[in-house]
Amino acid sequence: MSRASAIWVSGPVMRARPEGSFQLRESVTVGERRLLGEVIRIARDEITVQLYEDTSGLRPGVLVEGTGRPLSVRLGPGILSRIFDGLLRPIGDPSDPYVQPGLCRIEPQRFHFEPGVRVGDRVSPGGSIGTLSNGTALDLRCLIPPGHPPGEVVEILDAGRYLDDEPLCRLRADDGSPHAVTMSHEWPVRVPRPVAARLPSDQPMLTGQRLIDCLFPVARGGTGAIPGGFGTGKTVLLETVAKWCDADLIVYVGCGERGNEMAGLLAEFSELEDPRTGRPLMERTLVIANTSNMPVSAREASIYTGITVAEYFRDQGLAVTLMADSTSRWAEALREVSGRLGELPGEGGYPAYLSSRLADFYERAARVRTLGGDLGSVTLLGAVSPPSGDFSEPVTTHTKRYVGCLWGLDAKRAQARFYPAINPLNSYSLVAERLARWWHTQGCTRWQELRSRFLTLLEEESRLERMARIIGRDAMPARQRALLICAQLVNEGFLRQSAFSENDRYASPERQAVMMRLIGSFLEGTERLLDAGIAPERIAEDPVYRRLTRMGEEIPDGDWDAFAAIDRELTAVVRRLIDAGRESGEGVGDSRDGTDAM
Amino acid sequence: MYARLVGEEIAYRAEGPLLFLERSLDVGLNEAVEVEGADGSVRLGRIAALDLESVTVEMLDDSAGLALSGTRVRFLGEPLRFHVGPGLLGRIFDGVGKPLDGGPPLAAARAYRVDGHPIKPSAREAPDQYLETGFSAIDLMNSLVRGQKLPIFSGGGLPHDRIAVDIARNARLPDEESESGEFAIVFAGIGIPHDSAEFFREEMEKSGALARTVLFLNLASDSSAQRLLTPRFALTAAEYLAFAEGKHVLVILTDLTNYCEALREVSASRGEIPSRKGYPGYLYSDLATLYERAGRIRGLLGSVTQLPILTMPNDDITHPIPDLTGYITEGQIVLDRDLHRRAHYPPIRLLPSLSRLMKDGTGRGRTHADHPALAAQLYATYSQARQARVLASVVGEDGLSERDRRLLRFGDAFERDLLAQGDAVRTLEEGMDIGWRLLRELPPGELHRLDDRQIHEHLR
Ligand SMILES: Nc1ncnc2c1ncn2[C@@H]1O[C@H](COP(=O)(O)OP(=O)(O)OP(=O)(O)O)[C@@H](O)[C@H]1O
Ligand SMILES: [Mg+2]
Repeated sequence: MSRASAIWVSGPVMRARPEGSFQLRESVTVGERRLLGEVIRIARDEITVQLYEDTSGLRPGVLVEGTGRPLSVRLGPGILSRIFDGLLRPIGDPSDPYVQPGLCRIEPQRFHFEPGVRVGDRVSPGGSIGTLSNGTALDLRCLIPPGHPPGEVVEILDAGRYLDDEPLCRLRADDGSPHAVTMSHEWPVRVPRPVAARLPSDQPMLTGQRLIDCLFPVARGGTGAIPGGFGTGKTVLLETVAKWCDADLIVYVGCGERGNEMAGLLAEFSELEDPRTGRPLMERTLVIANTSNMPVSAREASIYTGITVAEYFRDQGLAVTLMADSTSRWAEALREVSGRLGELPGEGGYPAYLSSRLADFYERAARVRTLGGDLGSVTLLGAVSPPSGDFSEPVTTHTKRYVGCLWGLDAKRAQARFYPAINPLNSYSLVAERLARWWHTQGCTRWQELRSRFLTLLEEESRLERMARIIGRDAMPARQRALLICAQLVNEGFLRQSAFSENDRYASPERQAVMMRLIGSFLEGTERLLDAGIAPERIAEDPVYRRLTRMGEEIPDGDWDAFAAIDRELTAVVRRLIDAGRESGEGVGDSRDGTDAM
Repeated sequence: MYARLVGEEIAYRAEGPLLFLERSLDVGLNEAVEVEGADGSVRLGRIAALDLESVTVEMLDDSAGLALSGTRVRFLGEPLRFHVGPGLLGRIFDGVGKPLDGGPPLAAARAYRVDGHPIKPSAREAPDQYLETGFSAIDLMNSLVRGQKLPIFSGGGLPHDRIAVDIARNARLPDEESESGEFAIVFAGIGIPHDSAEFFREEMEKSGALARTVLFLNLASDSSAQRLLTPRFALTAAEYLAFAEGKHVLVILTDLTNYCEALREVSASRGEIPSRKGYPGYLYSDLATLYERAGRIRGLLGSVTQLPILTMPNDDITHPIPDLTGYITEGQIVLDRDLHRRAHYPPIRLLPSLSRLMKDGTGRGRTHADHPALAAQLYATYSQARQARVLASVVGEDGLSERDRRLLRFGDAFERDLLAQGDAVRTLEEGMDIGWRLLRELPPGELHRLDDRQIHEHLR
């Protein structure tokens, strides 16, 4: 490989005099500690290198060695359930609590291999030559790397335990050249892995969060962004979704965020069980942590590392969800690197290509037919941290152009401790109509109707709240007061869902559907009270209202009887109130009702 | 101890904070240097860039008065370190670790890099132990957890100095642990006026808190470059106390706004392209290298908790300093001018305040089983009370419904009896009793954050 000798060093950037040729974006190692870097500019007698780590101690004369290829990561069965830095270097080793600069590779590990092809079989890139198990619930395939020429199996090892860099299979390509296939292979992170076809998605990626699944659902293979000022709940939401969503595998990228959050996530994920397999959640999770105090250039790479890993598992026929917290820190890293290159700054100091980089990133989400013929998907969820919580800044506005769902977090809701603090009036899902079919086939036949009722209600509420603030609630006509009561129940009893409540942190689609219907019954009940001329406050004062508000907290998944009991109670209360009104002659007499019904 | 190579007459240019030297020795990036002037004065510096012929040194002390001839440069051969050891408690240092109290030099047991190293996320122990400050607005409503970083967002003229001193004096581990004497304070004044420095020193001495404290004082008159080092020296001391001596250390840093101003100044003098409001684009990452030094390490006893104090320019919480801080820290405590005007002390504005780690450090087995629910209910009701107050200011109190009037009364009592506490130091239990008492004035049906048992047990 080519070499170069350092002639200038400052901060994370160095210039070196090359012997031999380098390519732009070529990955290099520097000095004895083998610090990782990337060539970011080439002139005839000088290359500029950006380093991914602490450069203390570097000096002129230090050796720069090329690797001959762009920044790549090693993909294989050994990466599951582990924690890495932004360059997919393991940082789980407990012997030293501090991150030290320098190259460290994953030591080759042994996994069980079960051959799936025989000598003489024809195989092609993306296809599988057998299965690999690493002792977890997930069995992986041993893939022939994309880009590999197709050919014929000339040798294949028997079932057994092998090192992940050992050749398991020898192929002869059509041109006669020999090739070996191992469990792991390298892939350049900035290059999307090829697929046979991108497919439309008509299935939701269920998150277990009512506000998302019922109002602004995201599709499998779709994209979603969560913009919000500090402390509005981006991380908690992403972590909650990571825990309970119905993906086969989670890639969690902590991109420039907090160390304690990562520690909490690791601890929790090792303890919690995947409700579907009963195994620790960590077994289906891979964490990439480049916290805010770790080097900035590696933060820029961590997003690509994450998506590449996600694509690798997608190519195994799995449904993968990637969470990136926070894409704004990635954009800032991009800005810093660009500034160092002396590029012309655009909006907000970000380089002009910010928008296309964001597009490229979100484009890598998809539901696909893999080269091997399986169905797989990568769903992408990204947090956005706009400065001052102002959504008109470049990262938020550009992100909005490329995502299928937007869950806008609201500082006011967060301050009132209303979680998740997603403001329904500042959120959307472009795929909701398409996903309605799925809910309907699951037996929740009123999903679309109730969804749009809830949304209308919430919109009306914000208008009426403003009015209530001027004239006072009591001065409003009964129908409007009723609307406010109903909207409050939708908020408190349906949308509010604490991530820390044992019962409510996750809601199965069945439970969501039941709750949705119950709230629907309340809306109808209130309607009937109004028709009978009963003041809507009557039902809000009844204990059944409190039980509805607290049903999420108090009734666990599966306890359908308890929900049915509330439903019966509700019907009874409505009937009782109407009867009582008829007897006492209340109702029609309530003067504030009268003519101005909606 | 470490290699010291000396170069004489090698300086050939000085410009602002930068000093250019001929490269006569093989030195590395980021290593520390001591520049000794002809008059014998010694200034600290750091190697900022190197090429084949020259070394660029960034001076960490004021470079005024520096001459080219007669200057000796000592290369320390490694990044700047702080030599720490037993006997650190009770001492007073300047912003770069030189004793100010006339005491003996420290018995140096260890030499730590002042920049520290990032803790591996996997080596961190998630914080979950409560730490009491004596203020109910924090302990009850926004509990501080050991290993957390929880800043105080203040404003010019607000009593953050008094709060800092009160917390330094009153902070304690919960009763069962307090005997072990394993609690310590590191207090760093960053760019503070002489009077404040005197105030801190006197208060600490008077109350006896100094005995469990290490005090760092960087004065407004000290150089900007030194100001950037002060929190790093303080945190290095804290890391030694926590991870070598096993103590639970609370680090109070005041005022981070001065730190950021210094960073802006130094960045401008380096000719860097400014970002928002003239602060460098890397302000977020730079602040993170300080704040992220809070935490616990698995297998080690102690903890580093941070309580940085900053003054929001123009009380603007969207200003880059509080904004970027809030994006790194685990919550924030916001002070309020209106409460201060009404002589409420501490004037903590509750709604925008938040402790994100509270959920991990409170509740059953940590504080009290019903502590989190009580805090959540008080928050929810107080937030409604604030809305009622807005409504009252439009339609007048008479125009309010009975419910809103009740809320209004609750809000006033809450601010007066719970948030404000003057000089009194309150335990968590005392705060909780007041909280339950206040909720008793409300119909249980409106208390959606409490379950039936809690209502029955505490409110009947
Ligand atoms: N769904 C939720 N249920 C309960 N509490 C929540 C929820 N979401 C957020 N919170 C509360 O809000 C706090 C802040 O949330 P979070 O850390 O997710 O904010 P963030 O948007 O990621 O902020 P930053 O941008 O600073 O990282 C949490 O510590 C928690 O107390
Ligand atoms: Mg976050």
